[in-house]
Amino acid sequence: MVKFSEDHEWVKLDGDIAEVGISPHAVEQLGDIVFIELPDIGTNVNKGDAVAVFESVKAASDIYSPAGGEIIDVNTALADDLGAITADDAMHNWLFKVKLTAPSDLDGLMDEDQYKAMID
Amino acid sequence: MSTKQTPLHAFHRAHNARMVPFAGWDMPIQYAAGIKAEHLATRQSAGLFDVSHMAQLEISGDQAGADLAALTPSDIAGIGDGRLRYSLFLNDQGGVLDDLMIGRLGDVFYLVVNAGRADHDIAHLQKHLDATTKLTIRTDRALVALQGPQSANVLGMLGLRLDDFRFMQLRHFDFNGTELVISRSGYTGEDGFEIALPVSVASQFCDACLSTGLVTLAGLGARDTLRMEAGLPLWGHELEETITPVEAGLGFAISKKRRDAADFPGAKRINDQLKTGPKRRLVGLLAGGARPVRDGVLLRYNDRTVGSITSGGFAPSLDRPAALGFVETEFAAPGTSLLADTRGTPTPVTVSDLPFVQHQYFR
Repeated sequence: MVKFSEDHEWVKLDGDIAEVGISPHAVEQLGDIVFIELPDIGTNVNKGDAVAVFESVKAASDIYSPAGGEIIDVNTALADDLGAITADDAMHNWLFKVKLTAPSDLDGLMDEDQYKAMID
Repeated sequence: MSTKQTPLHAFHRAHNARMVPFAGWDMPIQYAAGIKAEHLATRQSAGLFDVSHMAQLEISGDQAGADLAALTPSDIAGIGDGRLRYSLFLNDQGGVLDDLMIGRLGDVFYLVVNAGRADHDIAHLQKHLDATTKLTIRTDRALVALQGPQSANVLGMLGLRLDDFRFMQLRHFDFNGTELVISRSGYTGEDGFEIALPVSVASQFCDACLSTGLVTLAGLGARDTLRMEAGLPLWGHELEETITPVEAGLGFAISKKRRDAADFPGAKRINDQLKTGPKRRLVGLLAGGARPVRDGVLLRYNDRTVGSITSGGFAPSLDRPAALGFVETEFAAPGTSLLADTRGTPTPVTVSDLPFVQHQYFR
């Protein structure tokens, strides 16, 4: 089951591991991505912390962690192949994985229908 | 405050533009192709930009030339019929109130000023113009910029006869029975044209440009990356009331005649700077890595702050990040290594010659 944050991150939960990416809508809004910075593995983050940065031609945009915990993996292959960041692939392109401290952090997130209603 | 719409607003919507507020106007930042593609299409073929948000002013009367001369460092009397000059409104300290284009057609001076400075500039003119000088704001006209190496071919395919129309010239042209005012100019570093046209034919003209197959619609995003690569300053970034044209590398806009007469606003300070060199200068900056450096970021040499970035982002034609900024003159030599404090991460940058991309004007 996939959930979405108001900041356009998506979360897929597997046990206590949350895989996080950004929505197709966010990819479209960001435009041409020229650089991404991912967090270091082992970093402890709180819900709402800015943990990654997407730099487009025009602007830098923070990516927030939708839950607190430890960063246990980052998708360095994506950071090295920015052309792969497309709206079509956005739901498959995870950015980082968080081992959750409190799974209840995810309780307030939206399901897909609620998220689609928000961006319309 | 509601945002204003240009005469091409519906056209932009129909072409899937992403609209953003800019200087009080609802403007296309990009179309579906995206900033990089629009930028590269402009350099390779032609890009079409709506710049109707810029104010088009006409000034006429016996004192009109003297009035403009009193506010700018340009040789206004020397602007021949059908010629265009890049100029500046200056304050008494030699700071830049705005940059603008001044053309002359017959007895009428034709000015194009920045959207974000239009209200200021109009008030400034109204305060200083002679009682006999007439100021007309041409809200009945749209303004589009057609830029890139194929621009002249595009206008030819639309039936316009350019003959020997050259860079920084201004002329009337006929488009299917409608009179257009066109200058061979622009703000991308490419050959190109700025085309003033009646609101009623604006969409039709843009459609005709697109039908040539040579033209890509381009938004403000590409306009900004193109002008940055061309080393062209933008008011609010490289130009401000506290920045002189000499510091911004615009010495060419201060005419020899006016320098000698020292009779323009801020002449003493500007002439001093021309003689001894300014304490800070506008420079190009190339980032060492793939991460862009942005407007507002401070520049350091060892532990000393020596300047700041005024425009920064990704330069599509260079395929790397690039920026403009001011640095103290001793650090302005091309090749000087500085550090940009980007979001807490120091990024190495190197001072570079401007423009980043050579100008391709049709002289």
